[in-house]
Amino acid sequence: MTEVPLAGYLTLALILFVVGAVGVVIKRNPIVIFMCIELMLNAANLAFLAFAKYHTTPLAPDVPASYTFMNGQMAVIFVMAVAAAEVAIGLGIIMAIFRTREEIDIDEMNLMKG
Amino acid sequence: MTPEFWWGTLRALIIIAFVLVGVPPVIWWERRLLSWMQDRVGPNRVGPWGLLQPIADGVKLFFKEEVMPAAVDKFVYWLAPAIALFPAFVIGATLVWGPNPMLTPVADVDIGILWVLAISSLGVYGIVLGGWASNNKYSLLGGLRSTAQLVSYELAMGVALYSVLLVTGSLKMTEVVARQQAPLYDVLPWAQNWFILTPYGFGAGVIFLICMIAETNRAPFDLPEAESELIAGFHTEYSSMKFAVFFMGEYAVMAMFGAIFTDLFLGGWSPLPLNWDYLSAQASAAHLGWLSSALSFIGGAWMAPVWFIGKVFFLLTVYIWIRATLPRLRYDQLMNVGWKFLLPFAALNFVLTAVWMLFGWLAFGIAAAVVAAGYLMVVGFVLRPRAFKDAAKVHLVDVQANTAQTIEVQR
Amino acid sequence: MILFIVLAVVSIAAAVGVIAAQNPIRSAMALVLNFLVLAVIYFSLNLHLLGISQVLIYTGLIMMLFLFCILLLNLSAPQMLTEPSYLKRWAAVLVTGSLLVVLFSQIVGPWLVPVPPNNTFAGVISNAPDDFGTAKAVGNALFNHWVYGFEIASLLLLVGIVGSILVAKRRG
Repeated sequence: MTEVPLAGYLTLALILFVVGAVGVVIKRNPIVIFMCIELMLNAANLAFLAFAKYHTTPLAPDVPASYTFMNGQMAVIFVMAVAAAEVAIGLGIIMAIFRTREEIDIDEMNLMKG
Repeated sequence: MTPEFWWGTLRALIIIAFVLVGVPPVIWWERRLLSWMQDRVGPNRVGPWGLLQPIADGVKLFFKEEVMPAAVDKFVYWLAPAIALFPAFVIGATLVWGPNPMLTPVADVDIGILWVLAISSLGVYGIVLGGWASNNKYSLLGGLRSTAQLVSYELAMGVALYSVLLVTGSLKMTEVVARQQAPLYDVLPWAQNWFILTPYGFGAGVIFLICMIAETNRAPFDLPEAESELIAGFHTEYSSMKFAVFFMGEYAVMAMFGAIFTDLFLGGWSPLPLNWDYLSAQASAAHLGWLSSALSFIGGAWMAPVWFIGKVFFLLTVYIWIRATLPRLRYDQLMNVGWKFLLPFAALNFVLTAVWMLFGWLAFGIAAAVVAAGYLMVVGFVLRPRAFKDAAKVHLVDVQANTAQTIEVQR
Repeated sequence: MILFIVLAVVSIAAAVGVIAAQNPIRSAMALVLNFLVLAVIYFSLNLHLLGISQVLIYTGLIMMLFLFCILLLNLSAPQMLTEPSYLKRWAAVLVTGSLLVVLFSQIVGPWLVPVPPNNTFAGVISNAPDDFGTAKAVGNALFNHWVYGFEIASLLLLVGIVGSILVAKRRG
């Protein structure tokens, strides 16, 4: 059993990211667009974790050596926290828009257009 | 194939067998006990005391005609029961039911308790998807309710577990059990430190028990299937084997949660909160050889599964007892209990546990007394009068309406 | 390696399913599958805590919220959830898909070249210790060196909670 190269994880992350980006562009339902954003965030997480495993980042000299593998994981933890907050707010906004407009097609939401 | 592989397979098979074999007796026990509590007879025709009734039911469901409503989303409709059954088999992966590390748990990973929380949250997908795929407003409402219910109660459950984790200092299930076999309060050598016997553990245990009933969708939290409101909720449109799978999933998860509660709060596999090794040593010191060996047998590895299953059985009885006792909550009451009562109390319990660990039991007692006094004052002077006023108003209106109605009828 | 390829294929298929499905519930299911597969990949990287957090946070809570919203919309206005199809979409797929080529050639490409002239990352092998993803290691790092970040994240979550309540409560 050979070890998976770093490039494998990066390729997977890349494909997932691009699929998410395509979804954001082509979808019209804001909830699905939101899901695609989550997908992109997860792709970024995967890349972070692959780097955390394979490539140590040097830290400031006063930081213990055991933390050199932690950068990626910390980034992912913060991404998860931000994603949770973002979903709570975003879905709240979508529901609020739906209540006032009775319409959730993203292309029709042009009230703020100048 | 290494021996470790075969041992691992054996461990997994034991848990799966426990789930599969355990479900029919649980169903039988629920029906009999519930009948007894409601002054009925219950199933008593098939086999001695009706013991074979669940098997007969299974055969009946197997041969029943499958009815699938029109315009269902077929793929999701098929998938939902499988998803509902899935966590029942997987959630036991970190369960400890005996002292032998070769047989239990399946995987002693360092995330044991998080595993339980994560997998239990997956079970609700079966309910949501089943409710949605049925193309039925009632089913959809059942699914909708279960999502909100799960999110609210999962949170309180996690926070309640913090105090257990804080005391144990590890997420491993084996270490949680080992911690509970230490001397009680770390001072009484003849007793075990079951978390349910400690004040903070008792609080966490009560909150966990409530959340666990809500997570498994049992009365009084069976809002997703509330038969008096939603027909049968998410499985209204399911018949035959698919219904049987939903049903089995519900009971299997119930039994597994009983086992998890046993591990987390009731000391795992040791029979009574007594330190059997210590007692056995004392007995042999007192030249009571037979008593010593009897005690070490009772607390030993051979009897461990018996005690463990006994405790799970006790918890299932509690489940049924609660179902027979309490009426179903209204939906807003359910949310209120989850967010305004369980979550704050779980967080408070967590802080008090930290106080206990840092400053000892005296500080814990003082802090708890201060908090309790503060709570009573808030409730007594701020919240209650308002609630009473509202209640009185409603009552008055009711009485007026009733009187009006009676007068109307009398005329 | 074989395990990784299988997982990668499943996860890409699920990701494509997210954007190919006409129905938001199907999209959500595909996304849940994708997140679960990613969790397994994290486990295979020895990242226990993050793998289980992935299951707990993403599939357990975030996707549950999504499903809740979809069901709510489904209940009140089912016609809102159908996806209109239009021709410009394919052009959009092509244009955005070309992003893949560009990023691949710039980011992953250098790793695939056998001996690149001045690439210090080439042939990098994992040298992380086995227990670098355990709860203990992550907790130690999070509550010592990254504690300010942790506090800021918790503050952000608090703001998120309050904000979402405000957004949801305001009635027109």
